[in-house]
Amino acid sequence: MSDDRPNPDSLLARVKAEEAGQQRGRLKIFFGMAPGVGKTYAMLEAARKVAKEGADLIVGYLEPHARPETNALAMGLDILPRKMIEYHGHVIEEFDLEAALARKPEIILVDELAHTNAAGATHPKRWQDIEDLLNAGISVYTTVNVQHLESLNDVIAQVTSIPVRETVPDRVFESADEVELVDISPEDLIERLREGRVYVSEQAARAIESFFRKGNLIALRELALRKTAERVGAQAIDYRQLHDVDRIWPTSDRLLVCVGPSPMSARLIRATRRMAASLHAPWIALHVELDGPHHENPGDQQRLDANLRLAEELGATVAMVPGHSFASTVIDYCRQQNVTRIIAGKPLHSRWLDWWRGSLVSDLIRESGDTDVYVISGDTTETARPSKPVSDRPDDFWQSYGMAMAIVACCTAIAFVLSPFFEPTNLAMVYLAGVVAVAMTQGRGPSIAATVVGVAAFDVLFVAPYGTFAVSDSQYLLTFAIMMLTGLVISELAASVRSQSLRQRDRELRTAALYALSKELSTLPNREAVIEKSRRMIQQALDVDAWIVGTDAHQQLVLQESSDNAPPSTEIGVIRWVFDHNRPAGRGTDTLPGTATTYLPLTVTSGILGVLGVRPHSSDTPFGLAQRDLLQAFAGQVAGALERCDLAELAERTRLQMETERLRNSLLSTVSHDLRTPLATITGAASALAGQSHLAESQRRDLAESIVDESDRLNRLVTNLLDLTRLEANAIQLHKELQPIEEVVGVTLGRLERSLREHRIALKIDDNLPPVAIDSLLFQQVLTNLLDNAVKYSPVESTVDVQCRSDGKSLIVEVADRGPGLPPGEERRIFEKFYRVEGQPRTGSGIGLAICRGIIDLHGGSISAKNRPGGGTVFQVSLPLGKQSEMPPMCPAK
Amino acid sequence: MMSNDHPRVLVIEDELPIRKFLRISLESHGYIVSEADTAAKGIGHAVSEPPDAVVLDLGLPDQDGLTVIQRLREWSQVPIIVLSARGRESDKVAALDAGADDYLTKPFGIGELMARLRVSLRHTAQLGTTSDGAAFQVGDLVVDLGRREVTMGGEPVRLTPTEYRLLLVLVRNAGKVITHRQLLKEVWGPDSVSENQYLRVYMGQLRRKLESDPARPRYLMTEPGVGYRLVDE
Repeated sequence: MSDDRPNPDSLLARVKAEEAGQQRGRLKIFFGMAPGVGKTYAMLEAARKVAKEGADLIVGYLEPHARPETNALAMGLDILPRKMIEYHGHVIEEFDLEAALARKPEIILVDELAHTNAAGATHPKRWQDIEDLLNAGISVYTTVNVQHLESLNDVIAQVTSIPVRETVPDRVFESADEVELVDISPEDLIERLREGRVYVSEQAARAIESFFRKGNLIALRELALRKTAERVGAQAIDYRQLHDVDRIWPTSDRLLVCVGPSPMSARLIRATRRMAASLHAPWIALHVELDGPHHENPGDQQRLDANLRLAEELGATVAMVPGHSFASTVIDYCRQQNVTRIIAGKPLHSRWLDWWRGSLVSDLIRESGDTDVYVISGDTTETARPSKPVSDRPDDFWQSYGMAMAIVACCTAIAFVLSPFFEPTNLAMVYLAGVVAVAMTQGRGPSIAATVVGVAAFDVLFVAPYGTFAVSDSQYLLTFAIMMLTGLVISELAASVRSQSLRQRDRELRTAALYALSKELSTLPNREAVIEKSRRMIQQALDVDAWIVGTDAHQQLVLQESSDNAPPSTEIGVIRWVFDHNRPAGRGTDTLPGTATTYLPLTVTSGILGVLGVRPHSSDTPFGLAQRDLLQAFAGQVAGALERCDLAELAERTRLQMETERLRNSLLSTVSHDLRTPLATITGAASALAGQSHLAESQRRDLAESIVDESDRLNRLVTNLLDLTRLEANAIQLHKELQPIEEVVGVTLGRLERSLREHRIALKIDDNLPPVAIDSLLFQQVLTNLLDNAVKYSPVESTVDVQCRSDGKSLIVEVADRGPGLPPGEERRIFEKFYRVEGQPRTGSGIGLAICRGIIDLHGGSISAKNRPGGGTVFQVSLPLGKQSEMPPMCPAK
Repeated sequence: MMSNDHPRVLVIEDELPIRKFLRISLESHGYIVSEADTAAKGIGHAVSEPPDAVVLDLGLPDQDGLTVIQRLREWSQVPIIVLSARGRESDKVAALDAGADDYLTKPFGIGELMARLRVSLRHTAQLGTTSDGAAFQVGDLVVDLGRREVTMGGEPVRLTPTEYRLLLVLVRNAGKVITHRQLLKEVWGPDSVSENQYLRVYMGQLRRKLESDPARPRYLMTEPGVGYRLVDE
């Protein structure tokens, strides 16, 4: 039952695609077989129609050479001014992408989808401009000819023998919402050309002539019609799937093409793309990095990169795998990926080379098992092999040959010493040993040279007749041959081992760099540290200049003005572009490739956290694939670390908020309890006094005293609260005056007489204490709070000790009670605002001690608490004593 | 067991000043007062000299006042009046649900406390004697429990069975606050104790029938966040 229904996942995907389509602008392409068929004309006609219906439509760009009829059609439509770009002294008119985006019309007309922009434009290609327009929600009408489609490029070059350089990726064409084929017969087109109704530029005139041959036009028309038909076919399948008319599933085919650095690989790639498109199958472009001598040849590397990029652009999944044998690596990969068809190039070289190196294609076919192998003309699959091996060490090229010769000379010397005792054939072994040494240390070229020179030296010096290359005993020819062969084989093998280990080292270095980065980043505390550290590590690992632009809490880029991490001010626009579009830009990318720096977005699942810029020291070496992979990996690491910092910050903020909330609640409950308790007494006692006349006189006095006591208590609490507020706002002004401590203590005890009446106060003040500079009122507050605390927590009738003494540098005041003492670890926390010791039967407001600390801090002193031996708590206040000279003259001793 | 002229009141409260004025006021009204400043001492006093009423502060240093109520209710039906700070409605509701008879919010006037004490003591006195045949009267409202008749200023009032049951629960506890939970349990059964909206609807209907101005009720008082009280004097 449920099988008959459309799959919900595919429906969802369709809905999403439709939604995305609604946000994205719609792309309508007017498609033709050749210039002159009337695409621009058709586009303008369509535009006039929708403009008449009231759509907000502008003409973004029309080829300046349009014919009068075409120009007439454009009359009355809004036209966007062109951008003037100066290039090598010429002024080139270009489509103004930025102006179009700023104007943001509903529909925009941009002629010539395949156009290549002048250097200095945002994107190298116009189709990229159009992508930007579509992404911004602007619908685009554009035109293109069939020969500009990337996948048909080589076919058309073959048919017409005119290479077309301006190409458009097929996906752009295929993603178009509408394609309108503008078609006329080849005869009509030729007629038009003859009448001069087709624009032909001077330079192109000759090429155009051969292009517009009837045979060519028929072929082009066929391709254009076929391409359109393919599109219609695909739409029909989509429609059927959507409406579940019939279950036609895309074939389960999966194609794989082997790619190398050869320019012919591009043809293979296009052919595969065509095949994949007709099968509706996904396809993979695979490059096998063979072990053994490695092509560091920058030309090869660049061509390989270009080929892989082409494949990617045409929709392939690109993969690079290392392997020992080409065929088995490919086949293994195919098995893993369920590839059903392999596309390989037909070998062009002679059979002798096959015999020498083994034919990769026949190996592939032999090992392929049930996978189909398509062999297509154009390329050899051996492209993974070096086209021209180059020395691993070009720097010390001559030095290594010199070393090789030195080793051969050494061998000769040893052989010379040994020659009286050994047969000459055995002396050849000494040379072979030398060759091994050269191969291991100096590489392949010097090793071959050592072989040749070694054989020659052996011949001249140790084989009769001595001193000449001539050989009297023909048996030695065999010795020479084997010696030569062995030497060469050793050279090859040793060089291969060496290069493998070099690459291994390279790979390990990269892995190590990545590992080191991730290790470093995991411990860094904040965003700035992450940015600085990763910037340095990337600079070291890739030998480049690097910049990392992070974001602030409001998701805005933080551009530093003048620091090492400040990117060139000319490239800030590029950085913004990368940040806004979340796509790489700059050197080596599609966007603003003229920039000297490559910029990568630092992307995480939740968005973009910054931009990484990397610029090689020398401007002409492009990044290799391996380096780019590493760069991507670095970017991922940095983004991850930044995200971690963000999350940590968020957690910290949340914690702070919770702490604030807790404080607020404490304050509320403190105020509610501590204010209300005395108020309850006051209200109750006052209402009793007011309502009952039959109270005894002593009862009346008791009630009245309660009211006074509780009012006092209330007053102290309010004072404390106000003090706390003022301390927090730094609004307390100290009025320090030198005064004897006993006076302050005495005043406080006097004021607290009533609340202290249930306890004994044992006062001990040392004689001859120097006066101390304090704010008397505030210090009374400190003493009041400490004494309040002491009597609150200690049993009635117990003794509270108050002691004042001096240790020379400071005056120490101690208040010691016999209360429950402090739980271990709470000695410092009790001075925190609103902090209360858990599990205490009586709880204070959590304000008093905080105020004590605040006041004592203002005095430059310190306050601490510790448990008292024998039970209870000792609070110790220490106040700095001024220097003797600062003191006023003391009264003369008696 | 209760000496009518000198009821014994146990005050459990940790704040000395409050205990002091409570003792003075209560004694001047003819009560015999015993004091406790912790929960443990309070329970001990209640056991050794069973009081006629308990005035209990919810914020005690050693144990929660709620625990004291639960411990007392294990063996005693003595009226308990709870003292608590404002803004802790949930504490009051919990205390009432645990079996407290009434509550006072600090700060409170002594007259209010005396009135609540009188109501609670009267209830205990009536507990054994009240029969269904008695009639309840306050102001113009008369509820004849035997004949299941309600009159307002002599005019009969027609109540639905649910409205009558609700009124009956309030009448039986007249003068005391009843929590939402208790009302729901009594009227709708133990499964409906969280259906507060029933209560609001029926209380609204009762007020429309019994009150001349339902927005400013004279008989059916709302105790915000706690429950309802039917005035009895």
